[in-house]
Amino acid sequence: MAKIIVVTSGKGGVGKTTTSASIGTGLAQRGHKTVIIDFDVGLRNLDLIMGCERRVVYDFVNVINGESNLKQTLIKDKRVDNLYILPASQTRDKDALTQEGVEKVLDELSEDFDFIVCDSPAGIERGAQMALYFADMAIVVTNPEVSSVRDSDRILGILQSKSRKAEKGEVVEEKLLVTRYNPERVEEGEMLSVEDVKEILAIELLGVIPESEAVLKASNQGSPVILDDESNSGKAYSDAVGRLFGEEIEHRFLEVEKKGFFKRLMGA
Amino acid sequence: MAKERLQIIVAHERNKREQPEYIEKMQQEILAVIRKYVEIDDEQVKVNLDNNDECSILELNVTLPE
Repeated sequence: MAKIIVVTSGKGGVGKTTTSASIGTGLAQRGHKTVIIDFDVGLRNLDLIMGCERRVVYDFVNVINGESNLKQTLIKDKRVDNLYILPASQTRDKDALTQEGVEKVLDELSEDFDFIVCDSPAGIERGAQMALYFADMAIVVTNPEVSSVRDSDRILGILQSKSRKAEKGEVVEEKLLVTRYNPERVEEGEMLSVEDVKEILAIELLGVIPESEAVLKASNQGSPVILDDESNSGKAYSDAVGRLFGEEIEHRFLEVEKKGFFKRLMGA
Repeated sequence: MAKERLQIIVAHERNKREQPEYIEKMQQEILAVIRKYVEIDDEQVKVNLDNNDECSILELNVTLPE
């Protein structure tokens, strides 16, 4: 039985796909057989972030429609063992993902995988609801900014009322992941602090990913940022994966880095 | 500033989604009935549902003009 994790946010552009790619990669690095599914029908992007865009032959909707089987469709990652990607379809048909179809594919994947990471599209429409419906756990990706926090709260409301677990009277585990965090701007009072976001959303903090050029660089290269273990963002994602397994890891990169005497001397 | 604004809107929206869907429609209908007799604004009728362990209390607050 696989554990189904949805990466969701409501708002677009906050880092859902980046997070899905890195968390999925991190789970696989720890030896757990993991598949990341792109639920963003019509706007496929996980393939680019994972660097396998030229290896896409079939997609999620093909599998649902029985036009291909999982073995033909899953793309095996070339860097990390145990890691697979199921790309989204580029169809413009909004109803391509049916609940029965998604359930059938998830059930089949469940037999073989330890983790299924569902990369949700933005918004609260059908695609996003489909991505979160079967979730055991939700990673709510939030930027420290008012509209993102508000949208995250709406998504939490949907998780608590419209997910399969909610319908069965159970609860989806909810985890907060704050991304694009910039301690300088928090100190200037221009950005909400992680404490503020945590207090308003009132869910457990899984991690804080600092804003970093490394994320853009990783996207450009098609390599999940968690594999860049020199970068703060990569380290923060590794920490977050560790916390998923109950490891007690202190949150890093929350404070402004104090410039040392030497750096100040050099004017850096 | 941002935090306070967020707290207010989030609390408001949470409250709204915890209420059954019919509340809004009921509020409209109650408003229509009252309007047969007196002129009032939308904001002058407040409908609130409180859920306790054993019972639900429907609170209806109408501010009539002087």
